[in-house]
Amino acid sequence: MIPTPDTSHLTARDYEQVYEPAEDTFLLLDALEADADRLKELNPTICLEVGSGSGCVTSFIGGILGPSVLYLCTDINPHACRCTYLTGVQNKVNIHVINGSLAAPLQSRLSHKIDVILFNPPYVPTTEDEANVAQSSRNIGGSWSGGSDGMQVTNMLLDSVANLLSPKGHFYLVVLKQNNISRILQHMDELYHLEGEIVLQRRAGREHLFIVRFIRQGRSTVE
Amino acid sequence: MVRLLTHNILACHAKDCNTNNFPLEFKDVQLEIREAEFNPEFLKGFLPKLEWKALVDTAIQLGDTSLPLEQPEMLDDEFLKNLHHVLLEIHVEEGSMTCPNCKHVYPISNGIPNMLLAEHEIG
Repeated sequence: MIPTPDTSHLTARDYEQVYEPAEDTFLLLDALEADADRLKELNPTICLEVGSGSGCVTSFIGGILGPSVLYLCTDINPHACRCTYLTGVQNKVNIHVINGSLAAPLQSRLSHKIDVILFNPPYVPTTEDEANVAQSSRNIGGSWSGGSDGMQVTNMLLDSVANLLSPKGHFYLVVLKQNNISRILQHMDELYHLEGEIVLQRRAGREHLFIVRFIRQGRSTVE
Repeated sequence: MVRLLTHNILACHAKDCNTNNFPLEFKDVQLEIREAEFNPEFLKGFLPKLEWKALVDTAIQLGDTSLPLEQPEMLDDEFLKNLHHVLLEIHVEEGSMTCPNCKHVYPISNGIPNMLLAEHEIG
């Protein structure tokens, strides 16, 4: 069993500005743990978490994959960047943190080079305005406010993920039932030839959450 | 934490800036050297993903001339240790990075690169 990362260094004050690990986070950790052997067999070089918040997820996968992987994290919220870095230090995972929107500054250099991409997006359906304000104010609201269908931010990443993933790459996405999973799967399949599969789901209070794993078509097994 | 490894994978992504947008040029930097655990496996795995010339030029600009201009075929311990130092132990704490093409400036504060763009700058 992989231990849940130590986040005892983060305080209530941090969680006023940065999303605190919750059911959605833990569902993603469970999915990664269930895929641990598969991920190790990938022998990844680069792992990217988009919107890393507290840094809990990358610290966790760092415990699975060990120190010979480059762990990159981005977050639009500078407080989250600091928390991600500190959580890496606390859990002895060497994380390279970038304050940026999604994966934009990496698109050119890391095209088809990233082996594992993780994204727990702001998936809660809100008005478009609310999501826009939340993203541009770069604070905690941006960690959950997802605009119409909760897909406003996710859609932007979905349209850039195929360019980033290496041929053997795996992309893990947290999805809410209201986000319309079948439409997401169809979109990724038709436009980018990425095959999605629900690997884990759980009801948490009012939320019915899913973890979807995408790989390139015809790559059902790890090479 | 902007280390030369991070610097080696960041490119300008401002609107319509698609060529000559890498490597970003460090300006007014404050450096700190912090020891990191030496991991030859990591270095060997990451080596093919590096833009070598950009790395060597940037290291020289920051005062480190330990890397050869051409990537060597034999990866001996001395080379890997120098590479380790350049990639992972030189921390740029403060300063900025300027795009060689459009001159957009990306600030670095408390070791974290700010790659955010304003709404009108996003492509």
